[in-house]
Amino acid sequence: MGHLNPSPAIDLAEDKTMVLNMGPQHPSTHGVLRLLLEIDGEAVVRMMPDIGFLHTGIEKTCEAKFYQQVVPLTDRIDYLCPMVNNLCYVLAVEKLLGLEIPPRAQWMRVLLAELQRISSHLVWLGTHAMDIGAMSVFLYCFREREELLRIYEMVSGQRMMTSYFRIGGLSMEPPLGFFEAVRKFLKIFPERIDEYEDLLTGNRIFINRLKGVAQISAEDAMAIGLSGPSLRASGIDFDIRRDMPYCGYENFKFKVPTAKDGDVWARYVCRVQELRESTSIAVQALEGMPTGPIKADAPKVVLPDREKMKTQMEALIYHFKIVTEGFTVPEGEVYQAIESPRGEMGYYVVSDGTAKPMRVHMRSPSYANLQALPAMCEGKLIADVVAAIGSIDIVLGEIDR
Amino acid sequence: MPLEPAVTDLEQLKDRPAVAALLKWNTTAVQGAKWDRGELSIYVARENIRDACAHLKAQGLTDYLSDLTCADFYPREPRFEMAYHLLSISRKERVRLKVRLSGDDAVLESVTPVWPSANFFEREVFDLFGVRFLGHPYLRRIMLPEEWEGHPLRKDYPVEGYR
Repeated sequence: MGHLNPSPAIDLAEDKTMVLNMGPQHPSTHGVLRLLLEIDGEAVVRMMPDIGFLHTGIEKTCEAKFYQQVVPLTDRIDYLCPMVNNLCYVLAVEKLLGLEIPPRAQWMRVLLAELQRISSHLVWLGTHAMDIGAMSVFLYCFREREELLRIYEMVSGQRMMTSYFRIGGLSMEPPLGFFEAVRKFLKIFPERIDEYEDLLTGNRIFINRLKGVAQISAEDAMAIGLSGPSLRASGIDFDIRRDMPYCGYENFKFKVPTAKDGDVWARYVCRVQELRESTSIAVQALEGMPTGPIKADAPKVVLPDREKMKTQMEALIYHFKIVTEGFTVPEGEVYQAIESPRGEMGYYVVSDGTAKPMRVHMRSPSYANLQALPAMCEGKLIADVVAAIGSIDIVLGEIDR
Repeated sequence: MPLEPAVTDLEQLKDRPAVAALLKWNTTAVQGAKWDRGELSIYVARENIRDACAHLKAQGLTDYLSDLTCADFYPREPRFEMAYHLLSISRKERVRLKVRLSGDDAVLESVTPVWPSANFFEREVFDLFGVRFLGHPYLRRIMLPEEWEGHPLRKDYPVEGYR
């Protein structure tokens, strides 16, 4: 973060260029991203992202907490899909512990992760379209997002910082009426996607602003570390959910949308298709939801049910020990990657055999995707920078951590 | 799935494609290997990390750098362990390269010529751990202000209180 230095990176190449400072308080940067742009008239000669304004040292904080206390911290990294962060962390710790998760918990996780993907893509779609100038789409997207937030509130008591997934399962059984609410939402949602597409996909102004803008080839995209829908829009057919399945995704049938052009339009098309695919996965999860326990049978790791804790001595002891001392995790290291709405999210957790993680590193997709922004924008028009930022769907919370 | 003990014997792991490729290329570069919880780690000598990455890429065994980070094992020496998480999108396989670094000489070659995506990741490790990367195009602090003193993710840096 070089915010005290007016232009840390850019020494002007020639006299005719100038440096334009964009952000960190700029509505189209989706947070506190600062871009230093060296421009020659209307063309961007060089671009330099400057980040770190939201750095809170979450990785350092994790090292001072018990394993189960880290779960709420992961919510705050990517605030558009907190449950996906929870999922990635708990999967990593479960891998370290060698825990087996009951099917009902896995299917609930898949269901909620896909709903989170939908709500995250809705925020992307609304803000991206608003950046381009299509104001009304934002209102339509947030109408559906609101319904999803109500569903998260039902299940976890919180609209955004849910912390619903716990090491070993879920925090509690979903409440009565939850599945009904999800079913109702999933029934109307395909029509709502058609509605967004009516507003945007055939819109000539929107098409002209997006087609052929901020292109990136498949080779460049791989080299620079793009992942997720942005990589698939460049023609790489790779989705961790399908190709390296986790959390029972191998039981679900879905298509992985790809596109060839690698421009902003291709990324738009891929994400809108993903909305439909996520809806289909969520429907499958809902229809096939198994019954059974929602927590693994591991009394030393998983908190006992309230009922048991009040009636059984052993459960009370375990509860007391987990809360006061945490639980120890066998020595080792794992890297668990999952497909977040933005791309490959990975947690690298190192354990030294104590109750606190020795190191938690988050490989956030936005962090790597942001590196691709200069490659997309340099040599192009400055007016297209805003479209390019929207198209890689960055969240500054997970970039700065 | 109960935990199986980790395999740390190089002899048992030499048939894994990544280990075999590195051993065939340079036996002295491979310091050890570990198969633990379904993940393969290969310890590589500090001098060879860039060439090892380039070799694995040229052999078609990896085509994507997922993640690059560091862990501090203070007060043990060598205290730093760099971890390079490489992915093969075509083979759907992951491999982790590890490099041990001592505290008073935490310098190694940058892998940015092989993986341009390492740029931000190496800057982050430089910023938060104080590990220097030779040949990095722009090695400056990325998260913290330029005038910050110390490297917060080191274990001898306090979590709270005044420095």
